Amino acid sequence: MKELEVILDKNGLIVAFLFVGLLTWATDLISKKVLNGRVPGSALAIGLGLVLGYLGGLFTEGENGLADLSYFRGLTVLGGSLFRDFAIVATATGASFLLIRKSGLLGLVSLVLGIGLFFFLGASLAWVMGYRDVVSLCTIGAGACTYIVGPVTGGALGASSEVIALSIGTGVVKTIAVTIFTPMMAKWIGLDSPGAAMAYGGIMGTSSGVAAGLAATDPQLVPYGSVTATFYTGLGCLICPSLFYLVLSTLLG
Amino acid sequence: MIKGLALLAFCFLIGMWCGALLGTWLGIDANVGGVGFAMIFLLFSKEYVTRKGAWNEEFAFGLGFWNKLYIPIVIAMAASLNVKSALSSGILALLAGILPVFIAFGLVRILLKKATTTK
Repeated sequence: MKELEVILDKNGLIVAFLFVGLLTWATDLISKKVLNGRVPGSALAIGLGLVLGYLGGLFTEGENGLADLSYFRGLTVLGGSLFRDFAIVATATGASFLLIRKSGLLGLVSLVLGIGLFFFLGASLAWVMGYRDVVSLCTIGAGACTYIVGPVTGGALGASSEVIALSIGTGVVKTIAVTIFTPMMAKWIGLDSPGAAMAYGGIMGTSSGVAAGLAATDPQLVPYGSVTATFYTGLGCLICPSLFYLVLSTLLG
Repeated sequence: MIKGLALLAFCFLIGMWCGALLGTWLGIDANVGGVGFAMIFLLFSKEYVTRKGAWNEEFAFGLGFWNKLYIPIVIAMAASLNVKSALSSGILALLAGILPVFIAFGLVRILLKKATTTK
């Protein structure tokens, strides 16, 4: 047993791989079997990650969630900014200029409108709830876009761990909300053609939510919505910590 | 595999450099939009390599691996954050996660109506 403890302690990153893998396997199973695919497995897994982070904080009184338990230290490496930023850049492979041209003007307009809408509504709500510093407002606004844009923006601007956790939580809630409400609202918004799905994907953004929501509405529309939703995260990572941060700092003096 | 990984590394470094330069130029001590720049470079590089006819499984696998790894990374990050102190603002996460979605549904409706009438 002593030997195993030493091995676990020495190979933190590998333990983190195993831990996240098991967690993903479990949430995929729950998503499929218990929830009938109504909530995307990835959103569920990230939500469960937050819950475990909470429990870790509860037991250790530390500030790094579960990673304060010595065996789970590797989570700070796997979930650290280096791995995170590198992997996010790789997500751009899902996009191509051919697809950008295909989605056309409507796609572009919807993307810009969508990111702006979620960012500024998110930041306004944070302001109403008492946050006043530009970095926190910007991070929470970015989290209202997607759970990726939030931590990327927070990391770039140097937001606190607490605010970054909040931005991820916001993004996860958004993904679940989009997934659940899309089939209910589909008729009212006129979501019945490939063009409409592209505009919808551009405004809503969160790719897992859009894909799951469209799948429940009309599976044939999924690829069209995903085209624009893929760009949403990339564009959000670009303009939230730069242009939108500057706009917010100017607005708040 | 390594070709795709190297291409990703190249775009990442150049993008981060741009972000750092922009940060210095703006006078804030931060990497501003480096990730976004890197994504744009990757998009262009992929297009360039494809056009040269050199894009193959080798490239796709190296990039695809990291593409798929990003959700697990976010899970690890979520589990290692200070969630406990964030919970006091949990209402904000719920509000900021749900409210804008409904306004966005309205926006999609308006946009689609506009698009069909202009056609």
